[in-house]
Amino acid sequence: MTAQDVAQLIYLLSAVLFVVGLKRLTKVRTAQAGNMIAGVAMLLAVVGALLEYQIFSYQWIAIGIIAGTVIGAFAAQRVPMTEMPEMVAIFNGVGGAASGCVALSVLWGEIIEKSVTGTMAAAMGGDAAVTLFLSIIIGMVTLTGSVVAYLKLSGKISGSPILLPGRHLINALLLVGSLAAGGYMAFASSGTDQTVTLALGLSGAAALLGVLLVIPIGGADMPVVISLLNSYSGVAASATGFVIGNKVLIISGAMVGAAGLILTQIMCVAMNRSLANVIFGGFGEEGGGGGGKGGEYENVTSCGPEEAAMILENASSVIVVPGYGLAVAQAQHAVRELGDLLEKNGAEVRYAIHPVAGRMPGHMNVLLAEADIPYEQLVEMDDINPEFAQTDVVIVIGANDVVNPASLTDKESPIYGMPILEVHHAQTVFVIKRGLGSGFAGVKNVLFERDNTMMVFGDAKKVIQGLASELKETVPGLAA
Amino acid sequence: MGELLIGIYVLVLSSFVGFEIINKVPPTLHTPLMSGANAISGITIVGALYAARHAEAKISVILGCVALAMATINVVGGFMVTNRMLAMFGSKKKK
Repeated sequence: MTAQDVAQLIYLLSAVLFVVGLKRLTKVRTAQAGNMIAGVAMLLAVVGALLEYQIFSYQWIAIGIIAGTVIGAFAAQRVPMTEMPEMVAIFNGVGGAASGCVALSVLWGEIIEKSVTGTMAAAMGGDAAVTLFLSIIIGMVTLTGSVVAYLKLSGKISGSPILLPGRHLINALLLVGSLAAGGYMAFASSGTDQTVTLALGLSGAAALLGVLLVIPIGGADMPVVISLLNSYSGVAASATGFVIGNKVLIISGAMVGAAGLILTQIMCVAMNRSLANVIFGGFGEEGGGGGGKGGEYENVTSCGPEEAAMILENASSVIVVPGYGLAVAQAQHAVRELGDLLEKNGAEVRYAIHPVAGRMPGHMNVLLAEADIPYEQLVEMDDINPEFAQTDVVIVIGANDVVNPASLTDKESPIYGMPILEVHHAQTVFVIKRGLGSGFAGVKNVLFERDNTMMVFGDAKKVIQGLASELKETVPGLAA
Repeated sequence: MGELLIGIYVLVLSSFVGFEIINKVPPTLHTPLMSGANAISGITIVGALYAARHAEAKISVILGCVALAMATINVVGGFMVTNRMLAMFGSKKKK
């Protein structure tokens, strides 16, 4: 058996472990092991590659690996839990860019630096030539799209949709243009100068396309976008696999591509929107002129922590609804403390998790888990909705659109039809919020005007801590 | 054509595996799963190793080195971040 054969068998083992790892990542109990298995699979793939390819020098390999490891490990260690979605977006972007760079490297190495006189297709085969430019295009779109998603999530640019006139036409032209340039480069271009120009031109067009594709999408939809871009980076890796004829790349890339697509679909279903609607309709656009948007608030009742604590003291069932405001205020530990106090006081405490609360599905679960809130107390939307009618107090912490009853009643509202947590059925609803500003969707929340709703204005963490200390004062036994 | 056809077979079947694996996922795991899948897409590190295996400082090799650094960031960062998220679920269960 040659080293080549051994390498192929290692790749096979690696691919099998990727399947096992990904499968385990879908169950809570096995997820951590699944991640480890996938990590081992990756290591095996690297070993396989070092065996398969004749390595002429380790110089650049060492530089690349060391630089990547240091940066990656440093970023992964330092990022706070609240900024996970942004981090995933960036990792995803560099992953896509890496695939694009491999394709560019092959283009330079096989064609340009060898001063090949014929066409690319003649020199390296039509399939390699086509997948090469596809890999560049998808990689670049993934890179710039992810960067825009990152900027939107981190608030460095506005989260609201930026709608250019004629953007669909511009995007279509960019896509067709870069594909045409790729096709010409693969089958017709001869002469290295022309090939270089085409390669740079299609990279630039694809990069611009990535920006323009994500810019019109509102911040609330960024999770869907990241998931979709995650799928793209898989497809880019798969295309790269065709370029260099490597099966483990094709397999893992295709698997991630498909898995990312399904996950995107799951998220869209949770928001009751189609993928096409997310991508083509800037959020709120179709509801323009309708009665559901904006508007002043009337009859809003608000109270301070003291009053809220008095009502909480007598509550026997409490449901906490966390949202992005909780993440921003880093209030998860304060919430845990308040929850413990309420439980000591004899109340049943549960946490209602909307599938798209926060900036990414599962965002809230991760945050609450960080504060050691028992997994069993986190209840999903469909299970908790029938329970609100029998609940004394609901505490909404920095969530907005996901508790807006307008989605059930107001056909004019842009969020009409989105499934929500029906907190308005509860006896009392406290909404902890910094002000009456609208949520990500830019829609007025009719919950705030209801008679059973009381607004508690302030930073989520401070308000929760205030509630906890008021509770301790009024109920003497709790402080101990 | 043989090699290309095998590649297409592999592509289609792997896509189906991807579709089938992800059908029921508790929302808790959506973020970690996305992050884990994202780390797996760093498999392009294999391609980057191929591209960076020469000694000369040519454009192709520099591009390969850049690709390798980026792919490694994706892989190392991706798995570590996923592990950090999942560790929170783990530690809690022991109590």
